[in-house]
Amino acid sequence: MDQLVAVTADGVIYSAWLFLAAVGLTLIYGVMKIVNVTHGSIYALGAYAAASLTGALLARGMAPALSYLVLAGSAVLVGLVVGPLIERGLLRFMYAKDEVVIMLITYALFLIFEDLIKLVWGTDPYFIAEPYGLLGSIHLGRLIYPTYNLILIGIALATAAGLPLVLARTRVGKLLVTVIHDPEISRAMGINVGRFYLVTFTLGSMLAAIGGAFTAPTISVVPGIGVEVIVLSFAVVVIGGLGSLSGAALGALIVGLVRSATIHYAPQFELFVIYSVMALVLTFRPRGLFSAAEARKI
Amino acid sequence: MSRDRTVPILVAALAAAAALGPLLPDWMLFLLTIALSKGLVILGLVLCLRAGLVSFGQALYFCIGGYAGGALGRFWHVSDVLLVMLAGMTAAGLAALALGFLMAKYRGIFFGLLSLALSMILYGLLVKTEAFGSTDGFNVLPFTLFGIRPAEAWVRYVLLVVVCTVVAVAAIAVNRFLATPLGQLAPAIKDNEIRVEYMGASARYAIHVNYVVAGALAGLGGAFVAAAVGHIDPEMAYWTTSGEFIFVTILGGTGSVIAPFLGAIMFYAVQSFAFDLSPNTWQMVLGTALLLVIVFLPNGLWSVFTRRQRA
Amino acid sequence: MATILEARDLDKRFGAVVAARRISAAIEQESVVGLIGTNGAGKTTFLNLITGYLKPDLGSIHYAGRNVTALAPRAITRLGICRSFQIPQLYNSLTVFENVSIGLGVVLRNAGRGGFFQRGVPKVPGYDASAADVADHLLERFGLTRYRDRAAQALPGGLRKLLDIALTMIAKPKVLLLDEPTSGVSVEEKFGIMEIVMSAVRAERATVLFVEHDMEVVSRFAERVLAFYDGAIIADGPPAAALAAPEVQKYVVGGELRRMDENRARPPHA
Repeated sequence: MDQLVAVTADGVIYSAWLFLAAVGLTLIYGVMKIVNVTHGSIYALGAYAAASLTGALLARGMAPALSYLVLAGSAVLVGLVVGPLIERGLLRFMYAKDEVVIMLITYALFLIFEDLIKLVWGTDPYFIAEPYGLLGSIHLGRLIYPTYNLILIGIALATAAGLPLVLARTRVGKLLVTVIHDPEISRAMGINVGRFYLVTFTLGSMLAAIGGAFTAPTISVVPGIGVEVIVLSFAVVVIGGLGSLSGAALGALIVGLVRSATIHYAPQFELFVIYSVMALVLTFRPRGLFSAAEARKI
Repeated sequence: MSRDRTVPILVAALAAAAALGPLLPDWMLFLLTIALSKGLVILGLVLCLRAGLVSFGQALYFCIGGYAGGALGRFWHVSDVLLVMLAGMTAAGLAALALGFLMAKYRGIFFGLLSLALSMILYGLLVKTEAFGSTDGFNVLPFTLFGIRPAEAWVRYVLLVVVCTVVAVAAIAVNRFLATPLGQLAPAIKDNEIRVEYMGASARYAIHVNYVVAGALAGLGGAFVAAAVGHIDPEMAYWTTSGEFIFVTILGGTGSVIAPFLGAIMFYAVQSFAFDLSPNTWQMVLGTALLLVIVFLPNGLWSVFTRRQRA
Repeated sequence: MATILEARDLDKRFGAVVAARRISAAIEQESVVGLIGTNGAGKTTFLNLITGYLKPDLGSIHYAGRNVTALAPRAITRLGICRSFQIPQLYNSLTVFENVSIGLGVVLRNAGRGGFFQRGVPKVPGYDASAADVADHLLERFGLTRYRDRAAQALPGGLRKLLDIALTMIAKPKVLLLDEPTSGVSVEEKFGIMEIVMSAVRAERATVLFVEHDMEVVSRFAERVLAFYDGAIIADGPPAAALAAPEVQKYVVGGELRRMDENRARPPHA
């Protein structure tokens, strides 16, 4: 019984992390039809910015309770700076190109950012354990989990619930939905599609950075943390359906629980299982389990 | 890629390299061997790219080739480089034959993502397989040729000669394939699959054939790289390895059978120099180079040499 | 003349839309049949069903006595039924010459020639010359020689149509299906295109079905007319009779509208 609780708890925690890591990717694909490999770099940037800023402020005597705000703040800052830089500075000139070519462009950016991070922050690991340990731990039966994980789950849930609400209820959200369905007609109706792309990319970048920032206290932040995130995010997003927010949530949950179960019962299959699910979904339902409905154009 | 007058040039260059080999320093022999071997992988990718398909997981076949060759040595103590290469090529080719039934149904991003998933599945399997050394991988048996192990000073040279010969044969064979009606279907499939079907040809069959050839070439390259480096590990199947292959494919372009090999030599030469010069900035250099090529030379570096204009 | 192509009770629905309503038609060998009807009447669906692009919900299609309903488009093509498209389906980034060469290459392959181990230059069946020579000959036949090395996407509209039709005729089909061969083509070029097509058709003794909106083209070239409306065939006969039929007048030709030149003949302020 304990094992079942452990599997579920571990699974949910990992799912929350996966969702936060992947949601920015699916948002950008959903609106702009771009597979953004740079996503991994922005995640890493979020982690580094959060770690270094929080660490520096804590060293200067900031109250540890404020570290959560700093985590969030640095992520938002990274998104606000890097997002527009990439979208306005490079991507917007490339929209006419083939989707695979644009993906390769984001891959090139990823390579560039990997080294930029090393240049700015060096190769030594960063640790900020305070936010992680501050909240103590909770007991689930005989199992002990750091309470910090609840924050992760909380943010994931807030994002999963909040984003669709924004899309459905706000004016901006509804306009975004039309852009998703048909950029050309949206332009013809007078919607500034370019600005929506900018906003979407920035928002997606912020989400990626938030994923990185809130993961930072749980790991040692080193070069290369973005590398695995990319391909795991792909798996989550593909399973749920490229462009679907609820799909990303479901995909994250599936991957998280399956991985957790595998680790507990058949650890040699851990990595194999995640990508197998991805391959299976691509084989039988390429548009994902929850793909965004495509309206017939002709 | 039409009938290529450049293939004789390639063969001549390879013969020259083989002839000059004894005069070249070991590091250069090693670099050439690696570049030409990986060039075989790139050649396969080019075949698929002509049909409009970009594989984000070609490392799958590269890795199968390396491990098949390595396994031959580790478990059956076979070290003959020709047998190893044959094993790598056949194992990868058979895998591509089987997987091709699935892959040939996909296009665009889905083809890419599925190939990525498949390569990561292999990675995940290998990382946890103790018999193959898990994440550490294992060392391959030092190779022999016709039963003889070359003297230490000649090892690199002998391998280079073998690789040069195989590359020459592969280039001639691929060139010949591209001149056949089946070989010429790829650009047509990329442009208009419906028209291909209505002309009476099967796009899926043509893609499957290209896919198997690409897989076999990648396996061949993997076996040679394993022999040259002396070691194999699951990293050979990781997505960053596939990324590197795509990079070189874009760099060289699809204009000629030589392009993959030229692109590979340039890439790996620059990579090793850049890495020696500054280990923390070579990726940035490569990333910038890729961006520049995509933006300014969409047909790859090879397009600098050809002046073919389309009205 | 014997029946070469026959549709029996073809039925095809897309949800509530009836694209084919118990369509039956027997086409005689070497006949020239015009298919008319408004947009959405089911003409292109009919072609799609014959060529295997769509499968009928009910009914069957027979070619030279054989049931071909379940075959894929490429199999239908190999049997000798070739089809052109409303929107020209070309290999846009390839040159005109290359477009035709690829078609000839497929013909070679389907005849078992041009494989990897082929020695020498294979001859294209039906032409008895090399693919390159046949390609040039075909370009000349269709008046496309001066565009030989131009990319297909750079061709003007009427020539794109012509190339599309040329690609359809490469394999010397026994049954030629043309979907709006003169649409999007200027008035001067319309008859020219049809003349080229019909002379080739007569030389090969092929059967032709063509979808057409221009009634002058239909009257001039068709021996028989099938009029479609709402998924069904509402008239079947020689052009004069079919075009005059009251239902056709009402649903297809638009009997109440005067021809434009009749109106122009009257001075504006008589």
